[in-house]
Amino acid sequence: MPGHFEPLPGGGAAVALDDVEISIIRSLAVQLLELIGPGPGAADGPEDPLAELFAEGPSEPPADPVLRRLFPDAYGGPGDAPASPEEAEERRAHSAEFRRFTENDLRAGKRENALAVIRSLDALTPVGDEAAVLELSPEKSRQWLGALNDLRLAIGSRLEVADEDDADELYQLPDEDPRKPMVMAYLWLGGLQETLVTSLMP
Amino acid sequence: MGPVTAPAPLEIEKTESAEEAFAVPAPDVPWVTIVHNDPVNLMSYVTYVFQTYFGYPKDKATKLMLDVHHKGRAVVSSGTREEMERDVQAMHGYGLWATLQQDRK
Repeated sequence: MPGHFEPLPGGGAAVALDDVEISIIRSLAVQLLELIGPGPGAADGPEDPLAELFAEGPSEPPADPVLRRLFPDAYGGPGDAPASPEEAEERRAHSAEFRRFTENDLRAGKRENALAVIRSLDALTPVGDEAAVLELSPEKSRQWLGALNDLRLAIGSRLEVADEDDADELYQLPDEDPRKPMVMAYLWLGGLQETLVTSLMP
Repeated sequence: MGPVTAPAPLEIEKTESAEEAFAVPAPDVPWVTIVHNDPVNLMSYVTYVFQTYFGYPKDKATKLMLDVHHKGRAVVSSGTREEMERDVQAMHGYGLWATLQQDRK
């Protein structure tokens, strides 16, 4: 079962991963963690759980395109152009308010998922040259599913996959294209995620 | 003090405009959560999210996913603004691109 998940009896899923695969997923998950950043209060020395609980999130969309994709505006999508400058301004205000009250929680959730991936990889015991078998509980499987999706969204944004044609083009990149290694990782993660979804499908 | 007989016509006008203003906001118009198409999210994953988060049966979840894929967007839930903000937040948690808006028939 190299490169794909299989359902475990009683829920959850398992996958065999070799050293290279483990280090690729781990390094991508660490990069995602760094991009999402620490929670509020992490830089303020002694932890104050209450301050963290009541800390307001940002009101402006992130400057980084990957973070903008992970934390999009809640008001005003494509196909719903504002009828007036006033309406556009109202949506900006609503999106800003939504962001203040949700983005910290959303970041925390994505951080937890990425951390769960790193921890479960670090707990794997290698067996010689053989691939190690990673077994995930139903709960851990859901965290992996979320993290794999975030990783693909992040890489997709970096590769500027904006529509279906861009996505198809990735399959036909010549070997010397500098994006090729990232594309290989992107497509491989897609296979992992696809088989994990299938394993968990209710 | 000034005369007390003048305000009558003004008052009638005021009542009319107050009624008009009252009719405009339509507070009962429901809000909807819309999921937008993106080329990265897997079709199977989007279906999975609609089944697990909303509890939709597989057929309905698959139909909504196909609407997102082919039409670019689909209304996946409706309710109060607060409820829709919760759904949008959940969709963003799953990595789906979602927005909310007041339903326009």
